[in-house]
Amino acid sequence: MSSVTDPVRSAAGGRRPLAERTSATPEQLRDWLRQMLLIREFEVRTMQAYQDKKIGGFCHIYIGQEAVAVGCTAAVNHADPIVTAYRDHGHALARGMDPKYCMAEMFGRIGGCAKGKGGSMHMFDKPNNLYGGHGIVGAQTPLGTGLAFGAKYLDEVVGGGSNQHVALAFLGDGALNQGAFYEAMNLAGLFDIPVIYVVENNGYSMGTAIERGTTMSHRIIAKGEGCGIDGYELSGMDVIDVYEGMKKIADRCRAESRPAMVDIRTYRFKGHSMSDPRKYRTREEEEHWETDDPITRLRDAMIEGGLIDDDGFKSLNREIKAEVKACLAWAEASPMPDLSELYHDVFVEKHGPYTGTSMPQIVTDAEDSR
Amino acid sequence: MSERIIEFRDALREAMSQEMRRDKKVFLLGEEVAQYDGAYKVSRGMLEEFGPRRIIDTPISESGFAGMAIGAAMMGLRPIVEFMSWSFSLVAADPILNNAPKMLYMSGGQFGCPIVFRGNDGAGGQLGSTHSWCVEGLYSNVPGLKMAIPAFPDDAKGLLATAIRDDDPVFFLESERMLGLQGHVPEGDHLVPFGQAIVRREGTDVTLVSFGRPVHFCLEAAEELAKEGISCEVIDGRTIRPLDIDTIVKSVKKTNSCVVVDQSWSFGSPGSEIAAQVHAHCFDDLDNHVMRVHSADVPTPYAWNLEQEYLPNARRIAEAVRSALYVA
Repeated sequence: MSSVTDPVRSAAGGRRPLAERTSATPEQLRDWLRQMLLIREFEVRTMQAYQDKKIGGFCHIYIGQEAVAVGCTAAVNHADPIVTAYRDHGHALARGMDPKYCMAEMFGRIGGCAKGKGGSMHMFDKPNNLYGGHGIVGAQTPLGTGLAFGAKYLDEVVGGGSNQHVALAFLGDGALNQGAFYEAMNLAGLFDIPVIYVVENNGYSMGTAIERGTTMSHRIIAKGEGCGIDGYELSGMDVIDVYEGMKKIADRCRAESRPAMVDIRTYRFKGHSMSDPRKYRTREEEEHWETDDPITRLRDAMIEGGLIDDDGFKSLNREIKAEVKACLAWAEASPMPDLSELYHDVFVEKHGPYTGTSMPQIVTDAEDSR
Repeated sequence: MSERIIEFRDALREAMSQEMRRDKKVFLLGEEVAQYDGAYKVSRGMLEEFGPRRIIDTPISESGFAGMAIGAAMMGLRPIVEFMSWSFSLVAADPILNNAPKMLYMSGGQFGCPIVFRGNDGAGGQLGSTHSWCVEGLYSNVPGLKMAIPAFPDDAKGLLATAIRDDDPVFFLESERMLGLQGHVPEGDHLVPFGQAIVRREGTDVTLVSFGRPVHFCLEAAEELAKEGISCEVIDGRTIRPLDIDTIVKSVKKTNSCVVVDQSWSFGSPGSEIAAQVHAHCFDDLDNHVMRVHSADVPTPYAWNLEQEYLPNARRIAEAVRSALYVA
């Protein structure tokens, strides 16, 4: 069994009254439940669409980790840039991407967030300050450092004020052993860059359990400490815990303009990708984590707190299912990119066979609705 | 033409400083660029003028700082990344090749990457193989980037200013061997557009096409060949991407003969690309196939005589020209 454990699992935090556990409003809690259900249903439908061969390439499912993307994005401002790796559908939806653009991207349609040029691993959403979806393990960590550096530079050097931003750079525990990550952390520590490296520690780098590939796997925040970066450990199965923990960390990083590293213990309920038979872990281990479903946790806490009842939950679920069904239909109806798109968006300016660039529908729709 | 004569390195600095005065979003980062005044003194004095927030000393950490700069460029800033040598960019291959040139495309037009990577490229200083990379061949293969490679100080300034203002990633290739080269350089704004080659020497018998430092080898060879009654037209391409094939084709249609001189290795190189394009455009005009002179297809040697022979030097160029013209 992977050595990943949930550090606050025994606390049974859900039994404490909600008001004691969180400063979040009932509206926020309902919103998080909604977002997590949306991600779950979206991913279930994604798996079906993949099996129906409507989605090509590699496809990585976020089921089980919903509380991480939802809790972390809730803990920062919308203007704060975020970047992630290839298991990115959850982050896109949590950031506010309309699921229709996300699904259309995977279908390889012009209505996709990147006009069908990126695919499942490369979700970009400028109106929602999502800077990708990146396919190379760890490569997004210097980029995230640069987003935070850039935001701070704009605030301070260009704007003449003080830093107002913090960036989130999500990575999996599999990225812990990439050189780029250490270089990024060293620069962030050295230059006081307000970036938070959020390690979604699901215990597996593809099929390799964390202790088989990573030294100090029982305490990975030691890696950040080596760069002078404060480390934190959070449970990733409870969205309230994620939010409360991340809110404090993010507020501090923003105010002090310093980086942080957060080890969030979570579990992917599905395989690494759609083609993973999961022979490297036991059914018992999977069941152990599945009983700790983040959606069930929040639902039960909200029922206990009187914020929703069974009927309310069922009706919310129905609503979500209808929304995702509609997004599938929208993606299906979106045309494939015109072949002229092949030479579009290579360079900003037109020259030679390159036809310049233009914004995808996800951006023009956002501008229209303003 | 400006009367003022300055060095190649001063021209580079002038372009950066003028653009930094113009636009606060422009900043310079790299190893030893600030307190040390630049390993090759290109950024001398810039720290005093712009301060440590905009002239940033980085640790030896190319993958980290190149990636960081790309993230900043995605935020709309305009970083200039100095690689002390392009040879050291290889450890940053993932960010500079997988992120910068592809970001616009992969994001469907949402996030461009207005960034300049610049530094010394090419052999000639007896640095041995690891420090003597000519990255033209490796990197020009990648769509989505632009590649400029000046041969004279005025172009060093004009092309670098254009690179900094360009909205796409630009790979800017300098030569340590040329940083002390002097020339007339205009004061004030000076922009040389990309994709416009220039004829450095007019001739009628053969077209020599080159980029960067080997342009000087071509001019040297042309001088020698003139003594034999061979008239060479020398074209300085100035940018490899975009490539000004029109100027090359126009010249070849006049001379009916073409020798491409490229300091990268021959296999899959700008030289082979230009040869292929010239063959396609000038098939009926050519009196011989396009000849190519590259660095020898071996790791760069240290010994002075071997290194000189390795380079696409004037002697090897002259031999190729005679061969192209069927001169024994």
